[in-house]
Amino acid sequence: MSDPRASKLTPSLAQIEAANHLVEVLGEPAVSTATFRDNVRVYVNRERLILALDALRQSGFDLVELGCTDYLKYPATTGTGCRFEVHYALLNRNSTARLVVKVGVNDPDPTLPTTTTLWLGADWMEREVFDMYGIRFDGHPDLRRILMPEEFSAHPLRKDYPLRGRGERHNFPVLKRDQS
Amino acid sequence: MATNLIDDELEMDSDATTRSQEYRWTLNFGPQHPATHTTLRLVLELDGERIVQATPYIGYLHSGFEKLGEHLNFNQYVTIVDRKNYVSPPYNEIAWHGAVEKLLGIELTPRCRYIRTIIGELSRISDHLLCTGASALDLGGFTAFLFAFNQRELIYDVYEEMSGYRFHPGYTRVGGVLYDFNDRVLDRIRRVLETIPKALQDMQKLLLRNKIFVDRMRGVGVLSREDAIRFCATGPIARASGVTYDLRKDEPYLAYPELDFDVPYCVEGDCYARFQVRLEEMWQSLSMIKQAMDKLPGGPVNVPIADKYPLPDKGTTYNSMEGLIQHFELIMPNRGVEGPANEIYSAVESPNGELGYYLVTSGSQTAWRTRTRPPSFIHFQMFPHLIRSHTISDVVAVLGSLNIIAAELDR
Repeated sequence: MSDPRASKLTPSLAQIEAANHLVEVLGEPAVSTATFRDNVRVYVNRERLILALDALRQSGFDLVELGCTDYLKYPATTGTGCRFEVHYALLNRNSTARLVVKVGVNDPDPTLPTTTTLWLGADWMEREVFDMYGIRFDGHPDLRRILMPEEFSAHPLRKDYPLRGRGERHNFPVLKRDQS
Repeated sequence: MATNLIDDELEMDSDATTRSQEYRWTLNFGPQHPATHTTLRLVLELDGERIVQATPYIGYLHSGFEKLGEHLNFNQYVTIVDRKNYVSPPYNEIAWHGAVEKLLGIELTPRCRYIRTIIGELSRISDHLLCTGASALDLGGFTAFLFAFNQRELIYDVYEEMSGYRFHPGYTRVGGVLYDFNDRVLDRIRRVLETIPKALQDMQKLLLRNKIFVDRMRGVGVLSREDAIRFCATGPIARASGVTYDLRKDEPYLAYPELDFDVPYCVEGDCYARFQVRLEEMWQSLSMIKQAMDKLPGGPVNVPIADKYPLPDKGTTYNSMEGLIQHFELIMPNRGVEGPANEIYSAVESPNGELGYYLVTSGSQTAWRTRTRPPSFIHFQMFPHLIRSHTISDVVAVLGSLNIIAAELDR
């Protein structure tokens, strides 16, 4: 798409500076950046995640959003090449700059360090990612399912989970009044 | 009493200690309870009437909205986002289509920007009326609740006139809105503008200096500025704690840069501060709607169909070749228009706080991933922190001031 009007949305100077600062802190080979419209994404690896987020926190950024995407059979190329990518959308309330930090994890061992040590608000968002994608967060104080029931076995937002479920709804355990 | 509370907090960490203390008892609150208004459950651990620990259990209304978003196209999904925060559906639509349009690179026409601003602010008033009114209702002030709800009916009348639906208008489309505003819609909005100030004044007279109400709200559920940031709070809740960030002011979108308004805030961070911030925001919204109505530009409301993505209106579809072809291309499931395969985070200031979408596309008209940042979900997790060491009767005050909408909480 070569839409001339789309080019109006560009990252602000503060966003680019923050991304460059992060690249400096982490060292060049550990990160890559991508810009699209007014978004700046910084891809970091799992080992450097906490270092990156802590560096951003100290320069005034705060977490506003945490979520995950499953790129199984995604037709285009992704930033990390991993199946799952967890995004941390950060906001600097002084410079109004936004930055998205992305980290990729793969299926055999989808584990990430927790960010609840930096922001308490990450607690439920990480639980939701665990619930929906099965990504475990090391050091999370209370990593339980949050939206799905405890006895649910699958992770429903994974791309290989069918839209209509696998019959869980029809085999749901029902507690009768005389058993309670 | 004070020392007891500190001891309690120290011992709370260990589950075993808590269970062995026999004088504590557990109270189940919800999932069906008149004061939760929606379906959510709290397990309260009590020492007499004081709450030692509150544990929220959610998910009762989980309906897989985000999974559905991966199977419906951009225009179809608007009916689902309406049902997230059903108290202010237009703002959900603005957030959703704002994200889609940002990703596709569509720039709205001036008239559409103003129309969306007007319905967005109307929905903010509607949301805040319910929240402030229900706060009063839960604390025994039934009259104020009726004043508020009466006005919400008038806002529903506006929705009905502009889209045909009262509760879930489904009004926005990619690159525009469903129907342009006509004179009857503008008349109804003027009627809202005329009657709401009186209702707001009545509510303020009833509640702001009401001893019973103020005593139950002031100093209850205090959220400090640091905690607001640590808990990722946004919107009126953060502004009541002194975080003066408003996306309408700081990252302006739609017609907000052309409107003159203030961002109200408090520093106390208690329930009463949140109540005051919401009341004041309604006055600001009224002023914004008035300005937007005066400035409402003419011209087309939808972007031209040469843009490939927007759905043509019925007149264009049935009376022109290009319109018919475009309608066919967008509607038929085996056709579809190619778009960028990329991802974007886009957020707006919804009545409840920052409502964001992390939207990933794969080049088709259907999203690959529609992650919602639901403000209710993020605000509700600080509930145990806010309610600790208060009494049972304060639960409804804090719940009401957080404005938890369970459909948005569980999606």
